[in-house]
Amino acid sequence: MTTTTRVAPLIDARGLHKHFGPLHVLKGVDLMVAPRELVVVIGPSGSGKSTLLRCLNLLETPDSGSVVVDGIDLMDPRTDINLARQRIGMVFQSFNLYPTMSALGNVTLALRHVAGKSAAEADVLGMAALARVGLADRAGHRPHQLSGGQQQRVAIARAVALEPRAMLFDEPTSSLDPELVGSVLAVMRELRADGMTMVVVSHEMGFARAAADRVVFMEDGAIVEQGPPDAIFGDATHSRTRAFVGQIRA
Amino acid sequence: MSDFFDAGIILAAWPMLWRGLLTTLALSALVVPLGLAAGFGLALLSTSRSRAVRWGVIGWTDLFRAFPPLVLLILLYGGLPFAGLELGGVACMAIAFFLNTGSYYSEVIRAGMESVPPGQSEAARSLGLGTWQTLRTIVLPQALRRVLPDLVSNTLEVVKLTSLASVVAVPELLYQARQAQSLTYNPSPIFAAAVLYAVALWPFVKILRRLEQRAAPSR
Repeated sequence: MTTTTRVAPLIDARGLHKHFGPLHVLKGVDLMVAPRELVVVIGPSGSGKSTLLRCLNLLETPDSGSVVVDGIDLMDPRTDINLARQRIGMVFQSFNLYPTMSALGNVTLALRHVAGKSAAEADVLGMAALARVGLADRAGHRPHQLSGGQQQRVAIARAVALEPRAMLFDEPTSSLDPELVGSVLAVMRELRADGMTMVVVSHEMGFARAAADRVVFMEDGAIVEQGPPDAIFGDATHSRTRAFVGQIRA
Repeated sequence: MSDFFDAGIILAAWPMLWRGLLTTLALSALVVPLGLAAGFGLALLSTSRSRAVRWGVIGWTDLFRAFPPLVLLILLYGGLPFAGLELGGVACMAIAFFLNTGSYYSEVIRAGMESVPPGQSEAARSLGLGTWQTLRTIVLPQALRRVLPDLVSNTLEVVKLTSLASVVAVPELLYQARQAQSLTYNPSPIFAAAVLYAVALWPFVKILRRLEQRAAPSR
C-alpha cells in the first residue's frame, strides 16, 4: 500500500463488481485516491480499466460495492447523482464535444443548466476555463474547426469549468495524432500542478512515469499490482506487470 | 378537351374551391401538430428504461403503420357509431392521424435520436445534466437536425393525405371539387383542385430538395 492512507481518500471505491452479460468485467476492485493524488491506471485492453473509471462517476453502475467521492456515497439511492457528478469531471477518449455548439458553448452549457449561472456569468467562467487550456482565442470555433488536441483541451475546459474535486480521464490521448498528444498532456500536467485529484486511464507511459504518484496495473478485471511509477516500471513484483510494461515500451 | 378545362365552370366553382383550400390548410394545421406531438411522445417513450413500455411503443407504431389510414378513418367514422360513439369527420381525422402519422413521425424522430452517438449523452450526464436536460439540450437538437429532411417529407405526405377527409364529409379541397363536379357534370373543378394542391405544395418540395442536398454531402 501507499503512504496516502493517512489522509481520508477523496475517491474511495471498494469491492466493485461489474458484469456485462456473461462477462465478469470487474472482479472486486478497490481503488482509493487521496486528495491531490494523480493515479494512472494501465493494463491491456479488456482489463476493465475504463469500466472501473466509469464506475467512479456511475456512468456504469457497479453490480455491487461502494463508491464514495468527496464524502458522497454515489450508490446511495438518496444521493442526487447529477449533483455529485458536478464534483467529478470526466474526459473521454473521443472528446464527445457537442458538434452544434462553439467551444465556449460547450464549456458554458453545464455552467448554465447545471450550476445555474446566468449566461453572462457562464461566459466569463467559460472564457477563463478556455484560457486555462490555452484556447481563449478559439472560443467561437466549432469542434470540427479545431484539431483533435484542441478539441480534447476544450473537453478538459468543459469539465474543469464546473470546478470539480476530481477529474477522470479515459484514454485522453489515444485518438490523437502523435504530434498533438503533448499539448493535452501539458494541460493535464498543469492541472496536476494546481493540485487537482486525477485518475487517468492511459497508455502514455512517459506521462505516467513523470507525473503519476501511483501507477495501478489492471488485468482481467482485477488490480494486479500498484505502486510508485519507478517501482512499476523499474522492478515490478508480478511477472504479468513486467510483461505488460515491457510490451508497451517495446 | 374543353370539358376537361372549362374556365367558366372553374370560375363559377372558385368560391367553393377556395373555401376547400382554406379547410385543407386548417385541417393540416390540426393534424400535423397532432401527429408531431404523438411522434415526440412515442419517441421519448421508446427511450424508457422499462422493457414493457419500449415493447408497447414498438407494437403500437408497427400496428398503426401497417393499418391503411383510409381504412382507419372509415372504421372510426362508420364503425364507431355502432358502438354508440358518433364522432364528426374532423374528430375522426384528428384521431386517425394522431394514430397513423404519429407512428411515422415517431419512427423518424427515434431514428434521429439513435443516430446521435452515445458519447454525447455520456458527456452531458458526466457534467451533471439530468436525463431530460440531456435529451432536450443535447440529443434532440442534434437528432432533429439530422432528420429534418425526413420530417419535412413526412409532413408533405400528411398534408396530401388530408384529402382523405373528403371521404368523411369534411369540406376540404377535394371534397369541394367533387361537389362542384357533381353539380356541374364537369371534371374541370377536379382539375383545378389538382393544380391548387400542386401549387400550394410546390414551394415545400423545393425547400425539401434544398434540405436534402445540404444534408447529403456531410453524411
